[in-house]
Amino acid sequence: MSKTPPSKGPQGPSRRAVLAGSAALTASLFTPKSLLAQDFPTAEVNTTGLAVTDDTVTVGILHSITGTMAISETGSVQAEKLAISQINAQGGILGRKIEVIQEDGASDWPTFAEKARKLLVNDKVASVMGCWTSASRKAVLPVFEQHNGFLYYPTFYEGLEESPNVIYTGQEATQQIIAGLDWVKETKGANSFYLLGSDYIWPRTSNKIARKHIENFLGGKVVGEDYYPLGHTQFNSVINKIRLKKPDVIYAIVVGGSNVAFYKQLKAAGIDMTAEDPILLTISVTEDEILGIGGENMEGAYACMKYFQSLDNENNLAFVSAFKEMWGDDIVIGDVTQAAYLGPWLWKAAVEKAGSFDVDKVRAASPGIELTTAPEGYVKVHENHHLWSKTRVGLAKLDGQYDVVFETEELVEPDPFPEGYQ
Amino acid sequence: MFSDYSMSELGAIFAMQGFAGLILFSVFVLMALGLAIIFGQMGVINMAHGEFMILGAYMTYLVSNVFAAYLPGLFGMYFFVAMILAFIASGALGLFVEWSLIRHLYKRPLDTLLATWGLSLILQQLYRSVFGAREVGVSIPDWMMGSMPVTDMIEVPINGIFVMVLAVGISLAVYVMMFRSNWGKQVRAINQNRVMAGAVGINTEWTDRLTFGIGCGVAGVAGSAFTMIGSTGPTAGQLYIVDTFLVVVFGGAGSILGTIASAFSISQAQSIMEFFLSGSMAKVLTLLVVVGILMIRPQGLFALKLRK
Repeated sequence: MSKTPPSKGPQGPSRRAVLAGSAALTASLFTPKSLLAQDFPTAEVNTTGLAVTDDTVTVGILHSITGTMAISETGSVQAEKLAISQINAQGGILGRKIEVIQEDGASDWPTFAEKARKLLVNDKVASVMGCWTSASRKAVLPVFEQHNGFLYYPTFYEGLEESPNVIYTGQEATQQIIAGLDWVKETKGANSFYLLGSDYIWPRTSNKIARKHIENFLGGKVVGEDYYPLGHTQFNSVINKIRLKKPDVIYAIVVGGSNVAFYKQLKAAGIDMTAEDPILLTISVTEDEILGIGGENMEGAYACMKYFQSLDNENNLAFVSAFKEMWGDDIVIGDVTQAAYLGPWLWKAAVEKAGSFDVDKVRAASPGIELTTAPEGYVKVHENHHLWSKTRVGLAKLDGQYDVVFETEELVEPDPFPEGYQ
Repeated sequence: MFSDYSMSELGAIFAMQGFAGLILFSVFVLMALGLAIIFGQMGVINMAHGEFMILGAYMTYLVSNVFAAYLPGLFGMYFFVAMILAFIASGALGLFVEWSLIRHLYKRPLDTLLATWGLSLILQQLYRSVFGAREVGVSIPDWMMGSMPVTDMIEVPINGIFVMVLAVGISLAVYVMMFRSNWGKQVRAINQNRVMAGAVGINTEWTDRLTFGIGCGVAGVAGSAFTMIGSTGPTAGQLYIVDTFLVVVFGGAGSILGTIASAFSISQAQSIMEFFLSGSMAKVLTLLVVVGILMIRPQGLFALKLRK
């Protein structure tokens, strides 16, 4: 920054300050991301005792680095750190560099709550990027509401929640399900569906929505619905059932280690997904999961997401190359990783709109925040703290990437409490 | 629950499910044999059994990468090399663990539960540091993928047959070692009376170590085979541990034959029920029946008749 305006003391606004402010404004026309800390005195942007100094602001990252969920959450941590380092390279937020305190939720929900309390009470972080499973989010929710923290939650999830202290950067269930079912009905003429899932809240709620939509809106038929315990590794029985019922579409929401077992056994049982008989449509397999499943076992399946690594737009190309530069060429980027990347950027935009780090002001400023630089394309924060975003369908290829075969024309409105689907 | 299907369909269902049950049976036998040796013969509650299996799976992953890079012509055969190396690696780790940890705990069998549970956490984190937190994809030779059609309705997955053949082979090998070899005789003697066995000149220390090593080695082979049907990740071993203990305890600790009989009954019951109920309900019912039978017969299906 060559146009550094004269610094001013911590006293109230003076003529000089106004001049300095306008100088900063001129500067911001050239480098719109850089605001100067001295234009935003700490005493004014932080009235609630958050960890904000004259040149730094502290945020928390709260994911599982150890335990079962480390597989899934690693990508989110990497994305959040990338976003934060990019924001810092652009001059930070309100002229303050972001510092990170990272805590490990260790795949254990009480630990998540305890670490959230530590971040909010001891470290006084201004916001937290974190959580992955719904169980961990439910565990930290009372902590965030009690201590008025602000959480950016990246995972697509079952909906039925709208907290004033959370911004949901992933899709709620209807955003992920409905457009995909419409697509498979319209382009593939699918009428009968077999719903399958791991046995916990997300697959069950999602399949409930899917069933209502299939039966009430598409005029189709659900020929079977089945749930297996988390970690189940034997799917021969359900594959036999599918073979017997001959559905047009297998709608699979299997997660974790079960995922790998299901697709390997499906392939071994002679169900060739590239022949689309039946079609396999999933909402639980991102590029990350394919690494474990193996591209040869997943080829020909369709996934309904809002983001695929192969998206062809400028934002995404820049994002993917920056991500690989920071974390290595072998890495793949899935839907949730991209959603996690949005968290710090959305927070930055909200803070700058509010001109303050205070949680209440950031919350008030959040609805209506737009991001034109998101890798998935344009997104906007809804009144209900979820994002307007497009729904896309990808076709899995042998190399573990998806070809985008469909995307909704308009942004899909988030609807965490969908009427007619409960 | 039967009314939705016609008679011919029901026939096909029972045939298909019976076969699915046989595959499940083979998987259970492979999982449980190693533990049956360790828990049944030595009384060590090895909570790290799943992690020894996953070591075998990771060995398979490494071998497949080496073959793909240096011996692509022989890729179809790598699985056999991988299984042998899995046995050696898991077995060697087993010998080391016995020497460094387990042998100090023979007089406190319940403490082996905590110690091996800690060991399983250590191993999980070790895998995570070495191989990464994400699951790795093991590519399977083409001839092992796919299935053979028997009738319209019934198709038999080739890897299922492979697992069955392997299960039978390893069961036979364990049986021969246990009941026809000198080592087996010593193991059984120690199992019955450790002090007496030592007094008649059996090297109890070395026999224990070898037994533990062989049990872990068998687990490694099982893990290697499971790369065909399941996931390979740092915590994937946890997916198997509960079923494994269930099979061994239900069969009656100490009886290899009991383990096999219990694997058979649990797998067939579960597989038939899975067809008519949802997967979770089938699991619940299976567990209920097992708990019920264990309440009546705490010693399991087959128990050694010992004069205490």
